Amino acid sequence: MRFAHRHLLGIEHLSQSDITAILDLAEKYVDLNRQSAKHSDVLAGLTQINMFFENSTRTQASFELAGKRLGADVMNMAMQASSIKKGETLIDTAMTLNAMHPDLLVVRHPHSGAVDLLAQKVNCAVLNAGDGRHEHPTQALLDALTIRRAKGRLHRLNVAICGDVAHSRVARSNLILLGKMENRIRLIGPPTLVPAQFAEFGAEIYDDMTEGLRDVDVVMMLRLQKERMDGGFIPSEREYYHRYGLDAAKLALAKPDAIVMHPGPMNRGVEIDGTLADDINRSVIQEQVEMGVAVRMAAMELLARNLKEEA
Amino acid sequence: MTNLIFTNARLIDPEAGSDALGWLHVADGRILASGDGPAPEADAQVIDCGGQCLAPGIVDIGVKVCEPGERHKESYKSAGLAAAAGGVTTMVTRPDTLPAIDTPETLEFVTRRAQADTPVNVLTMAALTKGRDGREMTEIGFLMDAGAVAFTDCDHVVTDTKVFSRALTYARACGALVIAHPQDPGLSHGAAATSGKFAALRGLPAVSPMAERMGLDRDIALLEMTGAAYHADQITTARALPALERAKRNGLDITAGTSIHHLTLNELDVADYRTFFKVKPPLRSEDDRKAVIEAVRSGLIDTISSMHTPQDEESKRLPFEEAASGAVALETLLPAALRLYHADQLDLPTLFRAMTLNPAKRLGLDCGRLSAGAPADLVLFDPDVPFVLDRFTLKSKSQNTPFDGQRMQGKVAATYVAGKEIFRRS
Repeated sequence: MRFAHRHLLGIEHLSQSDITAILDLAEKYVDLNRQSAKHSDVLAGLTQINMFFENSTRTQASFELAGKRLGADVMNMAMQASSIKKGETLIDTAMTLNAMHPDLLVVRHPHSGAVDLLAQKVNCAVLNAGDGRHEHPTQALLDALTIRRAKGRLHRLNVAICGDVAHSRVARSNLILLGKMENRIRLIGPPTLVPAQFAEFGAEIYDDMTEGLRDVDVVMMLRLQKERMDGGFIPSEREYYHRYGLDAAKLALAKPDAIVMHPGPMNRGVEIDGTLADDINRSVIQEQVEMGVAVRMAAMELLARNLKEEA
Repeated sequence: MTNLIFTNARLIDPEAGSDALGWLHVADGRILASGDGPAPEADAQVIDCGGQCLAPGIVDIGVKVCEPGERHKESYKSAGLAAAAGGVTTMVTRPDTLPAIDTPETLEFVTRRAQADTPVNVLTMAALTKGRDGREMTEIGFLMDAGAVAFTDCDHVVTDTKVFSRALTYARACGALVIAHPQDPGLSHGAAATSGKFAALRGLPAVSPMAERMGLDRDIALLEMTGAAYHADQITTARALPALERAKRNGLDITAGTSIHHLTLNELDVADYRTFFKVKPPLRSEDDRKAVIEAVRSGLIDTISSMHTPQDEESKRLPFEEAASGAVALETLLPAALRLYHADQLDLPTLFRAMTLNPAKRLGLDCGRLSAGAPADLVLFDPDVPFVLDRFTLKSKSQNTPFDGQRMQGKVAATYVAGKEIFRRS
């Protein structure tokens, strides 16, 4: 199957069949990653640069591991510590990197649209590892894979996305992906964090969590983004936990086999009860991390195939 | 001296509201007479307009020329050439330079530069508060003596209502016009887009269109208190219009403008974070755009301006949130306005009323009309000629136009200031 995209900038640009293709290929890598010899050579000879303009441990590690398992030469650049501080613009940084002939560029940036901008200026394939509040496509794909494996399908599910939707690129990408795959989506949170405009995406909006969780198949919790809170979205963390934190009592309203997801890192006791997060019967949070590596391997392989065709 | 007769011209007269073939006689830099039928015999140079439109030259309130401070973005010379090519015969320049034009000395420097380098009329506005920082009013009296035609802090809102009310009161005593940017500064802080589905999808920090109405409501209350003469620089949302309408009906000395970009573009034009479409206030929804066009048609919104704001490539080649706001528009104002004419939304006399007559009236100028005695500031244009805009052909030093690569219709053929031809398209 041909993946008709040069970059992976967002879920917005993908079709149903694109999404299915990535997930199907990722399944193979899940198997590979569970073997003792976890190596493939599909990216052999290619150079992958991870450029993170914003702190990240998990996503960066996941991309790094994905690239290494596929045989790419992987380099990490911690951009928040380097040239930006010296006043270099994003475009100059991109041009500098471009001159080093990378094949795959993995970029995270604190501003929405920055990765799109960078992709216009470089000759390689760009993967968006999160831009501002805009998109985080590989997170949505790994969530989709996790749901598909747990529920046996990725359509006609009731999915609740709970918490800080306004500041979350994870929520946007998931909303778009799950919408494209024909699921019913509910957004749950205080109205300061779940703006009414999201109803226009076809989601149902609830500010009462007990109502919103009723009979859902999937409960996706979001991290309360304390670093993006420039003032007064919620009165306090304890009140937030009381009203919108996921605990066993609230989860009891969902379907009995509903799964609990969280993109991490978690604020235990703020948006999710610690015991619940560790409950292997309900929580698929560890599985999400595992799927992350596989999905990123799949996405990079599909983009690399196009690079080879071009060459 | 100049003695011209324009014949076979489609005269666009915003005062009479007429659009008809006729002739126009110019002598000694002023309009002598006009009419239909055969042109009078006179000892004058005859210019056959071949049926093209002849209208008053545009009076553009709110042009940013980047002197002093950022001459690399736009100088008086480049702005003057752009204005001439765009049919703008009077530029009313903004004081949001570096430093701000807030003393008579700076104003005199700017006036000197403008006179030396520009073929069009230049009138200057001065800051309302020192440094445009909203704390102390400027020397409004001295600045008026030095030639300031209006006082504005541009896109800075004077947040302290006591400071603003005193400045308005003092301005009223001086007979000065105050131009303000109606916006609630708290609500709009950090915003790069208008809140709605598009901003939510793109993940851009957004402001509710209500912020404009809140700013306008506050300013209207202060006008009731002070009785000052006030002009809102840009009204861009439907929600602000009823308040404006009420204020006018109640007899306050209030007028309002809008920008050509808010009349011809909407938020969706930003598409994939195209920073040339980042303006202040941000582009609005299509519903707002339509409401603003209707308000121009009815006369509720008085003026249309280019809000010409040059930005160099470096300030625009950034992620959308970080990129500078503003677009150049001196040369695209007329072709963009003609989009509304070709779309049957506004007729030519209405467009020119908002681009020439009303701004001239608001500033107490005698230009902007075709009546006998008015200065012969004129623009001759073909409203129909199609072209694709190439931004690198613009005469501005900065070429940050949102219309790059777009199909447009209507080109200026010649521009006259005081009867003197200052531009002719070759």
